[in-house]
Amino acid sequence: MDKQTAASLLDTMYLIRAFEEKVSELYAKLEIRGLLHLGIGQEAVAAAVCSFLDRDDLLYSSHRAHGHCLAKGGDPRRLLAELAGKANGYCGGKGGSMHISAPEVGFMTATGVVGGTIPLALGSALFCRERRPGRIAVVFFGDGAMNMGAFQESLNIASLWKLPLLFVCENNGYAEFTPISAHTLVERASEHAAVYHIPTVTVDGNDLLAVLQAVEPAVARARSGDGPSLVECLTYRMRGHYEGDPSKYRELSELQEWKSKDPVARFVAWAIDAGLLDETERDAIEAAARSKVEAAADFAREGPVPERDAVSRGVYA
Amino acid sequence: MTPAAGTTFLQSINQALREEMLADPDVYVLGEDVAVGGPYGATRGLAEEFGEHRVINTPISEGTVVGLAIGAALQGLRPVVEIMFVDFITLALDQLVNHGAKLRYMSGGQLKVPLTIRTMFGVSGGWGAHHSQSLEAWLAHVPGLKVVMPSTACEAGALLRAAIRDDNPVLFMEHRGLYWTKDDQAEPTTIESTLGTARVRRPGRDVTVVATGRMVSTALRAAERLSAEGVEIEVVDPRTLSPLDLDTLAASVRKTGRAVIAHEAVVQGGIGGELVAQLQLAVFDYLEAPILRVGAPFAPVPAGEQLEAAFVPDEHSIIAAVRSCLGRA
Ligand SMILES: Cc1ncc(C[n+]2csc(CCOP(=O)(O)OP(=O)(O)O)c2C)c(N)n1
Repeated sequence: MDKQTAASLLDTMYLIRAFEEKVSELYAKLEIRGLLHLGIGQEAVAAAVCSFLDRDDLLYSSHRAHGHCLAKGGDPRRLLAELAGKANGYCGGKGGSMHISAPEVGFMTATGVVGGTIPLALGSALFCRERRPGRIAVVFFGDGAMNMGAFQESLNIASLWKLPLLFVCENNGYAEFTPISAHTLVERASEHAAVYHIPTVTVDGNDLLAVLQAVEPAVARARSGDGPSLVECLTYRMRGHYEGDPSKYRELSELQEWKSKDPVARFVAWAIDAGLLDETERDAIEAAARSKVEAAADFAREGPVPERDAVSRGVYA
Repeated sequence: MTPAAGTTFLQSINQALREEMLADPDVYVLGEDVAVGGPYGATRGLAEEFGEHRVINTPISEGTVVGLAIGAALQGLRPVVEIMFVDFITLALDQLVNHGAKLRYMSGGQLKVPLTIRTMFGVSGGWGAHHSQSLEAWLAHVPGLKVVMPSTACEAGALLRAAIRDDNPVLFMEHRGLYWTKDDQAEPTTIESTLGTARVRRPGRDVTVVATGRMVSTALRAAERLSAEGVEIEVVDPRTLSPLDLDTLAASVRKTGRAVIAHEAVVQGGIGGELVAQLQLAVFDYLEAPILRVGAPFAPVPAGEQLEAAFVPDEHSIIAAVRSCLGRA
């Protein structure tokens, strides 16, 4: 890895971290509302996966989507404005946190339906196969989506039709307030992928380098038309399931343990050790991310509210 | 192109698919068995002509296939998915209702979903509760979807072509009982004139009968009988249930002052209720009698011959409603 790559990966992770912290703050201050799922603790997955994607690759996300959108090149100002329900948000205030769409950077859509975007990603992959060889589709989903029929059907079809697709499971151990062990005996998405003959690997999702290493060949395989792969990233969400969730279902000690595996701090330590980064550079990258997010908050705050009659406009093309 | 005289409803569908595939390389056909023609030949010959990369056989995974088609449509393809029976749309409702219908709106106009779903519906031949339903009202309730229900062979082709060219998700409902019917004469139907417009099938002065799908031909038979007793009904086919061409329906009822809505779906919660509500608001001052509804009883579709016959409304049901509207026993 070169210095520039290290800086760019760190930049993405800090941007996500700063953005999500700002969202949390604005929510607490009642400046924004809604059902908000933050990705603090899971930044390495978004940053690593998206570092292999171009603008024209087609990305789908879950309900925990802010970080994926930012990592794909989404504009934090328009994203935050969308969360604030403003007319200058990506969707003019009609989408909100769980329905962000930023197709201009290849971020197709998030979803409020667990597993709902997996089939959509197959269709975009079919498009790539037919019309844009070399382009790929990518879908992020949580461990909870593993138990959806759509996931199983999608593994089958993607494998059968050799679609240029990357499945990324962010296995954070919980679906809402329930640990994975209470939902299934098959606790690894990679086990499911293997059944459908899809190349797969499970990695430490808080180790950016491990995610990079797993994703690189998977993306290459999809680009060259050899079919889908599934990368499973074991990670942890540091906030509640949604903002405001008191998280009574998990022990403080568990939280502490994962805090010590913080993906941003780990990468910083590694990069400094490897001579790719120094403290001053680190500080500058973090400060730049925070000021971008401040600007986004101003943009959202000052953005116009949508016209009232926009409510029934734009239902049909 | 208007289908030649003697073309069946099914052949008209097949021709429309072929013509749209010829006209636009972005039109893809997906579904169970479609590469071998589908259960009745609606897609016959397409795989041979256009190749199996555009006429794609899918596993029995309705939900995922519809989602996949939506994802392809988002990128600009124009998929035509066959859901063999509308009864199985239940398995695809999440994708259709939560994603296909809403992505245009949720994205603030950034995305569009030019998707057509062809599906068989309706009672015939004793196929029972899982292969005979009329679920159009469920889908007409969803903002962002269009629901189309042709009643003649010529219009089936024109409406399907219009659906494929439309930039929104369209549910295209084909009554199995119409598949082998032919029009009395070839009707020149332009693609532009069909989607979103109702059509007066038979003019009349006394009572408007708004009928959908196969009930249009049932209403026309009722019209013949009623005419013999001096009652002239006007038969109007909405053709598109969402969006609804209220103007044409209302103009008819303003003229006749009376209306009966006839569909094969169960009456409770059926599209007839919506038609009644919209019509009474539009033409209240012209109404001489309450608007009546004809439809199936509130029950699943039974399989046995006699029970099935008792389930489906026929011309006598329509005649009885028309008489009642006119205050005659
Ligand atoms: C189909 C469906 N069922 C239930 C819910 C409610 N719900 C929202 S998030 C969630 C848990 C999802 O867990 P996972 O997929 O692991 O993602 P994570 O929240 O951990 O990122 C549930 C059950 C939903 N949104 N969609």
